[in-house]
Amino acid sequence: MNSFSTLFNEVYKILFLLIPVLVTVALIVWLDRRVWAFVQKRKGPNVVGPFGLLQSLADALKYIFKEIIIPASSNKVIFILAPIITMTLALVAWAVIPFSEKLVLANINVGILYLFAVSSLGVYGIIMGGWASNSKYPFLGAIRSAAQMVSYEVSIGVIIINVLLCVGSLNLNDIVLAQQNMWFILPLFPMFVIFFISALAETNRPPFDLPEAEAELVAGYQTEYSGMMYAMFWLGEYANILLMCAMGAILFLGGWLPPIDNDFFSSVPSPFWLIFKILLLFILFALVKAIVPRYRYDQLMKLGWKIFLPFSLIWVVLTAGYLLYFNLLPVQ
Amino acid sequence: MIAHAVFFYIFSFIAIVSAIMVTAARNTVHSVFFLILDFISISCLFIMIGAEFLGMIMLIVYVGAVAVLFLFVVMMLNVAQQKNQWFGSIKSSSHIPIGLLISLIIFVELLIVVGGWKYKPDLLNSSNIIISQTTSNTHSLGNVLYTDYIHLFQISGMILLVAMIGAIVLTFRERAGLKRQSYIKQISRERKDGVQVVDVPNNKGVKIDV
Repeated sequence: MNSFSTLFNEVYKILFLLIPVLVTVALIVWLDRRVWAFVQKRKGPNVVGPFGLLQSLADALKYIFKEIIIPASSNKVIFILAPIITMTLALVAWAVIPFSEKLVLANINVGILYLFAVSSLGVYGIIMGGWASNSKYPFLGAIRSAAQMVSYEVSIGVIIINVLLCVGSLNLNDIVLAQQNMWFILPLFPMFVIFFISALAETNRPPFDLPEAEAELVAGYQTEYSGMMYAMFWLGEYANILLMCAMGAILFLGGWLPPIDNDFFSSVPSPFWLIFKILLLFILFALVKAIVPRYRYDQLMKLGWKIFLPFSLIWVVLTAGYLLYFNLLPVQ
Repeated sequence: MIAHAVFFYIFSFIAIVSAIMVTAARNTVHSVFFLILDFISISCLFIMIGAEFLGMIMLIVYVGAVAVLFLFVVMMLNVAQQKNQWFGSIKSSSHIPIGLLISLIIFVELLIVVGGWKYKPDLLNSSNIIISQTTSNTHSLGNVLYTDYIHLFQISGMILLVAMIGAIVLTFRERAGLKRQSYIKQISRERKDGVQVVDVPNNKGVKIDV
């Protein structure tokens, strides 16, 4: 009976985390479109509900009631599995995000590795979708995105090493607490810039949205998907973007820490600060979408392998050398 | 404890079944997907015995990078057709002896590992790895890897680097007539390189060297 109540408790906690995340994803789609419209001097979605807030809900209803079409020549099991995997992986990663010192679903020792692993698995949803569709455009889109995501993961990994050198622990709460005196965005500012651009590429956001470049690939790996399955890809994508923003907020912007450690700022509950920082980063994501044209594929690869990777590797050496010389290495 | 055992059996069952399916699946892409499932369940087993660092690295390196490249190659090269030809023709027997030899070697290696562990159970204590509840296994692994085994660690890194460079050198071929974009050339371009102002005499025209 005791174990049953524990199980119930855990399920309750998971739902308490996942439902807000899903609602936020729906709202963030609206925010994305609004920011996009704002930059281009349009109005954006403003009809359904106050300020158009319920637009995503209306879209979701539309998707649910649409027919799911499975192409006859597709590989059916993998075709159906692909959006499910994308969605699951995007949600599963939220388990380790710390919203305050106590408020975290799973406070595991290797939290940052877990986040990195889950985000690197995200490529499978896209490859499986592209391959199972058994058609040219989805396949090309999937191949492109696989190469793109694997390339940019490498530089994200090296950037994480930079932060970990300053922390001395893989635990996400330790990473946040290490920034009490100074957020890592100040000493590691170039790394933050590279992380931000790599996060854009990792989540297939413009200017790196080559996997779904409309002009050449119709809609990339999503071409054959319709109805709820398309909506799941779409939700998973935005959940991934939020996750990347959360990762940036935790690694560089001090996670749930208030910006200045005084009574007024500390009285605001710490989950608020994390959400605030995530939203701030997301608005940057949305702005970039509105103002930057798409990259060419060879330029994308050049940027990832020839500029970001060497630069962040050199920065690892510099950070390690600096910490070693001034005896600042965190030793446990 | 019962829950632990249940999860152990679930994961090991999935691992073994998917390992069998890697070889049994007719479709090569399905084989790779089963391989990925195998990797994931093995890393779950690693996490269950408390080696969370190894489990996560397994996920990142094998599932996140190596298997993606596998999938890449298998999807692009149409290996499925070849495999079906092997299955269908009589010539398939030429691959079986090599496969048997390799599996025999792996089996003997496993026997040596298990035998050594059974024969000398205190083998584990001879290393300097601190296994305790307080230190995380990332720390204890790092403490051994970067002190006692630093040379082996560096040498294995060098071997991987050499292998990588070798692969690039072997597959690299210079193609003629390839136009490359050079940022420095583009940025350092000035007005006098691109624009030429000429007075054109009426009805005569001018010659411009291109």
